[in-house]
Amino acid sequence: MIEILSTGGLTTVQDAGRRGYRRFGVGIGGPLDSLAATIGNLMLGNDPEAAFLEVIIFPLKLRLRQAARIAVTGSDAQVEVDGQRFPPWWSVPVQPGQVVTLRAPANGGVAYVCVSGGIDVPPMLGSRSTDLKAGFGGFHGRTLRKGDVLDVLPGMHAHGSRRFGVLPPCAGLPMPREGDGNASSATIVRVLPAAQWDCFSEAVRNEFLTVTWQITPDSNRIGLRLSGPEIKPVQGMELLSHGIIPGVIQIPPHGQPIVMQCDAQTAGGYPKLATVIAADMWRLAQTPIGGKLRFQCVDMEEALAANRQVRDYVARVQRAMELLY
Amino acid sequence: MSTAADIAQAAPRLAVSALGTDALLFESLAPLSHEAQERILMVADQASQWRGVEEAVPGMNNLMLIFDSTQVSSAEMQSRVQQAWLSPVHVRRKAREFELPVVYGGERGLDLEHVAAHNGISVADVIELHSSAIYTVYFLGAHPGFAYLGGLDARLHTPRRAQPRLKVPAGSVSIGGAQTLPSGWNLIGHTDRRFFDPASATPALLAPGDIVRFRAVKALP
Repeated sequence: MIEILSTGGLTTVQDAGRRGYRRFGVGIGGPLDSLAATIGNLMLGNDPEAAFLEVIIFPLKLRLRQAARIAVTGSDAQVEVDGQRFPPWWSVPVQPGQVVTLRAPANGGVAYVCVSGGIDVPPMLGSRSTDLKAGFGGFHGRTLRKGDVLDVLPGMHAHGSRRFGVLPPCAGLPMPREGDGNASSATIVRVLPAAQWDCFSEAVRNEFLTVTWQITPDSNRIGLRLSGPEIKPVQGMELLSHGIIPGVIQIPPHGQPIVMQCDAQTAGGYPKLATVIAADMWRLAQTPIGGKLRFQCVDMEEALAANRQVRDYVARVQRAMELLY
Repeated sequence: MSTAADIAQAAPRLAVSALGTDALLFESLAPLSHEAQERILMVADQASQWRGVEEAVPGMNNLMLIFDSTQVSSAEMQSRVQQAWLSPVHVRRKAREFELPVVYGGERGLDLEHVAAHNGISVADVIELHSSAIYTVYFLGAHPGFAYLGGLDARLHTPRRAQPRLKVPAGSVSIGGAQTLPSGWNLIGHTDRRFFDPASATPALLAPGDIVRFRAVKALP
């Protein structure tokens, strides 16, 4: 069992997501950074469906009441086990009674605490993810609080003493190429044009692709709200409601883009300018509130190639784990 | 009821766009109609069975297909949908009928007077027109169990609110453009029926194709 000693406020139980229920209006949920969560589970020899904690606001303090192995991935959160520090993207054994602390990462971003066996909450509609909007799934459909006690499923590798780390994606994956040589601290995120791309003038599209966007504080698991120049279509439009997915960049009437995230509504009606490619969703999740973004337009071939690079990276970690376990 | 042959004949054209690498949006270029929506639901049912398809999600006059691009290509998905669109397999869906009791107006129907004023009719007219029509569930979306209904009387059409309401309580009955029910729109009342139960394998009360009537139980000032 895991006892929550304190949380920064926005820690939930998630798993790979709730798929197949969009046509009932139920979103997929799951982790903002599914790549980090996947690697965390791999580092424990867990099933890919195993549930974990997603930590958006720090610090988080928890106590294990059983022996287990944990892996902390995602941001560069500082991890301590009974005061002893471990680097992020490490897998370490934890003894009963030991306290694990995650402090705020220097560069922001979302962190994942995976535990051998996975968090044991009852699956709802095929998933252990918390749906905060609808208030179900995960741990009683809500964020975790001090005093909550979570069960853990039996893990295959809970007892080994080995400590090891993996190369995080920011080092294991190539950066998107710099288009204009304008090096900045902004996260570069690649997009594919979406249905209303042509409803925006070329000048507006160029502006969208060249300026630096800032992530505003009213961003959440539903959407990242960006601040920058006003982006408006050539003509105002009211679209019929249609399915949307995480990554879709909607342009509401006020002209400030919203990048939909994993708790996005299943349907929307605002113009869709572009979609962040799946391979770069982790880069968004690792850019904090107040952080800067730049968008780079790619074609389908480049987007598929980026997906392949991510799959290859995951496969490399998987092969290394097969040698270890 | 139209036959499969009727449906196959008058297929409107489909516009296709990408939503990233693993999803496509197909939009009918003909105006919204019961027939076109029925075709969308048929194609969605069919496409859900295809290899590599994670989910086919009907919308209002459109269909989103989510697939695994490591198993099937976008080009293959496009041609299969286009084919199914021209000759959909007719599944006779058993439309169920629901009568939903509605309390119009009050705290949970703040926009009732706005809808009346916008259309130049009385509040009593709004309630009468809204509760005497027969609606068809076009699709479920946005929020768990939320149904988008077709069949709203043209005298009630009201544009969506410029500033969507932040909190829309479950059971809200609303009007947005020519559509009725979900959030962010003009709230005209509420019903105590529960539309979503995550503990059930079929978590939504309503399904596409179902028939809905509203019964006025009360009008609050």
